[in-house]
Amino acid sequence: MPTNDYRRALDDPAFQNLVRERSGFAWSLLAAMLIIYYGFIMLVAFAKPLLAAKVGGGVTSVGIVLGLAVIVSACVLTGLYVQRANSRFDELTRTLIRDLTR
Amino acid sequence: MSRNFTSALFGLIGAAALSMVAVAAGPDLGPVQMQSLNWAAIGIFALFVLGTLGITYRAAMQTKTAADFYAAGGGITGFQNGLAIAGDYMSAASFLGISALVFASGFDGLIYSIGFLVGWPVVLFLIAERLRNLGSFTFADVASFRLDQTQIRILSATGTLVVVAFYLIAQMVGAGKLIELLFGLNYLYAVVIVGVLMIVYVAFGGMKATTWVQIIKACLLLAGATFMSLIVLYRFGFSPEAMFAEAVKTHPKGDAIMAPGGLVSDPISAISLGMALMFGTAGLPHILMRFFTVSDAQAARKSVFYATGFIAYFYILTFIIGFGAITYLMNDPSYYKLGADGAHNKLNDLLGGTNMAAVHLAAATGGSLFYGFISAVAFATILAVVAGLTLSGASAVSHDLYASVIARGRVAEQKEVNISKMAAIGIGIIAIVLGYIFENQNVAFMVGLAFAVAASCNFPVLLMSILWKGTTTRGAVNGGLLGLVSAVVMVVLSKAVWVTTFGFKDALFPYDNPALFSMSLAFLGIWVFSKLDTSPRARAEQAAFEAQYVRSETGIGAATAHVH
Repeated sequence: MPTNDYRRALDDPAFQNLVRERSGFAWSLLAAMLIIYYGFIMLVAFAKPLLAAKVGGGVTSVGIVLGLAVIVSACVLTGLYVQRANSRFDELTRTLIRDLTR
Repeated sequence: MSRNFTSALFGLIGAAALSMVAVAAGPDLGPVQMQSLNWAAIGIFALFVLGTLGITYRAAMQTKTAADFYAAGGGITGFQNGLAIAGDYMSAASFLGISALVFASGFDGLIYSIGFLVGWPVVLFLIAERLRNLGSFTFADVASFRLDQTQIRILSATGTLVVVAFYLIAQMVGAGKLIELLFGLNYLYAVVIVGVLMIVYVAFGGMKATTWVQIIKACLLLAGATFMSLIVLYRFGFSPEAMFAEAVKTHPKGDAIMAPGGLVSDPISAISLGMALMFGTAGLPHILMRFFTVSDAQAARKSVFYATGFIAYFYILTFIIGFGAITYLMNDPSYYKLGADGAHNKLNDLLGGTNMAAVHLAAATGGSLFYGFISAVAFATILAVVAGLTLSGASAVSHDLYASVIARGRVAEQKEVNISKMAAIGIGIIAIVLGYIFENQNVAFMVGLAFAVAASCNFPVLLMSILWKGTTTRGAVNGGLLGLVSAVVMVVLSKAVWVTTFGFKDALFPYDNPALFSMSLAFLGIWVFSKLDTSPRARAEQAAFEAQYVRSETGIGAATAHVH
C-alpha cells in the first residue's frame, strides 16, 4: 500500500477493533502463562511440603501432577490463541485489507 | 554434591537450544576416556551425513537469491518450520542433560523442562507474527525498521554475534567430548568434523539445507525418544504410578525424587533463572531467524503452535526416560564403574557420567544397534544446532554489518550472499579453533551467558522497538548496551566464573543468573534514554511508529513469500 495509506488504516474503526481485540486476548493469555509459571516456581521455592504431598495415597506427588499441568497449559494457551487467530483475527484482517485496498 | 550440581545446573540454564551436555557436566563426566570405535553409531551417522549432504546439494542448486539463502525462499510451511524450531530446541543437552537431571534428582528435572517450554507462548503472543510482518532476513531488520540503520544494526549484530560465539564455543567443546565418548573418536577429529560439516551445510545449502537438516534430526530424535519411552512404559503396564513406585524403591534418594530438592532454593535465583529461560528464548537470533522462512504471519503463528507441541511432548518423553533410566540402570552393575569391593554408587559411578543415562537406557531397551542409533542422533543433533547458529552469525555479518552498515545498502544481492558464505566459512574455522583452545576449560557458564545476553539485549530492543512508540535510537542503543554489558559483567562476577573458573574465594554477584537485573536494566535504560532524547531524529522516529504499527499488526506491505 502507498506509504501514506497507513493513516487510513489507523483511523479505520475496523483496524482499531482488530488491534484492541487481538492484543487484549494475547496479553490476557500471556498474563495467564506468567501467573501459572511463576506461581509454580513460587510453590517450588516456598511450598515444598505441598508439592511433596501424595496424590491418592500412591507414590505420585502433587508436584509432578502440577508440573505436567504447567506443560499442558502452555500447549493449551498457544492452542487457544492460534484457534482464535485462525478463525477470528485472520477474518478481521482480511476484511480490513480488502476495504483499505479497494 | 553441591558443586557438581551447581555447575551442571548452570550449564542447563541455557541447555535448551544447545548441545553442550558434556560441558555442563564437566565435573560429572570426569576424565573422558576414549572408547573403542562404536561402529553401529558411526554407520548410522554416516548415513545421516550422506543424506543431509544430498539435501544440501539439492538446496544449493535451488539457492540463488538472498531470500533463498537467508530464508529458504520463504517456502517452508508452518508445520515444517515448527519441526525445525523444535529441532533447534531439542538439543543433545535437552535430551541427555534433562534426562540426566531426572535420573539424578527426579522432580527437579521437570523444573527445567518447564522453564524451557514456557518461553514459547511468550514468543507467540508478543513476537512471532509481528516479526514476520516487519522483517525479511534477520531480527535486526525489525529492530531497525524505523530507527537508525547503522547504530541499531551494529547493536543487533553485536548481540547476535555474542550469543552465537558463546553458544558455539560451548557447542564445539560439548560436541568434541560427547563424540569422543560415544564414538571413540579423537576430540580434535570430532571438532573438525563438526566444523567442516556445518560449513558445508551453511555455505552451500543456506537456510534451506539448514532447515531440512534440523527437520530430519528432529524426527529421528522424536522417534528414538518415543521408542525408548514406550518400552519403559510397556514394562510398567503403561502405569506411571508403577514406574514411579519402582523408581522410588530403586533410587538412593528414595521418595525425595518425587518432590523439589535443592535445585531451586532462594526465590530471587528462581525468578532470575525463570526470566532467562523464558525471555532468552525470545531473543535467540537463530530462533528468531526461523520466522522469516515461512510465507506470512499465519504460518509464523502455526510454527510456534507446532513447535510448542513437539517440545512439550519431547520434555514429557525425557521425563519418562529419566525415570526409566533409574529403574533399568541403577540395579544393573554392568552400566557402572565398579569400586574395589564390586559395589557401585548409583549416582556417581555411571559409565561416562550421569549425562549418559539416556544413552545407556537406549542400550538397555533396544540393544546395541539402538544404542548406535541414539549415539548417531546425538551427533546429528549437535551438528544441526551449530549449523543454525553459524547461519545466524553469518547473516549478521553479511546482511546487517556489511550490506547495511559498511555498504550503506548499496550492494549487489549476489555479493551479499557471497559475503555471507565467506562469513560462514570464517565462523566455522574460528569455531574449530576455539573448540580446540577451550578443550579443557570450564565453559559451562557460556551457555547461561548466551541466554542472559539474549534476554537482556536482543529481546528488550526488539520488543520495545515493535511495541513502544516512544522508543528512539538513542534509547535502544543505550538500553541494549546496558543490558549486554551488565549481563556479561554479572556472569563474570558470579560463582560460575569468579569462583569456579578464576578461583577467587567469594562471588561478587550472589546469584547464578543475572537476567532479573540485567533485563530490567535494559528495559529501564531504553525507557529513560528514549524519554531524555528530544532530538529531531527522535521525533522523526517516533512519528514513524504509526506506519510500522499498521504493518506489524496487519501485514500490509510485508515482504511477501519469496517464492519464485
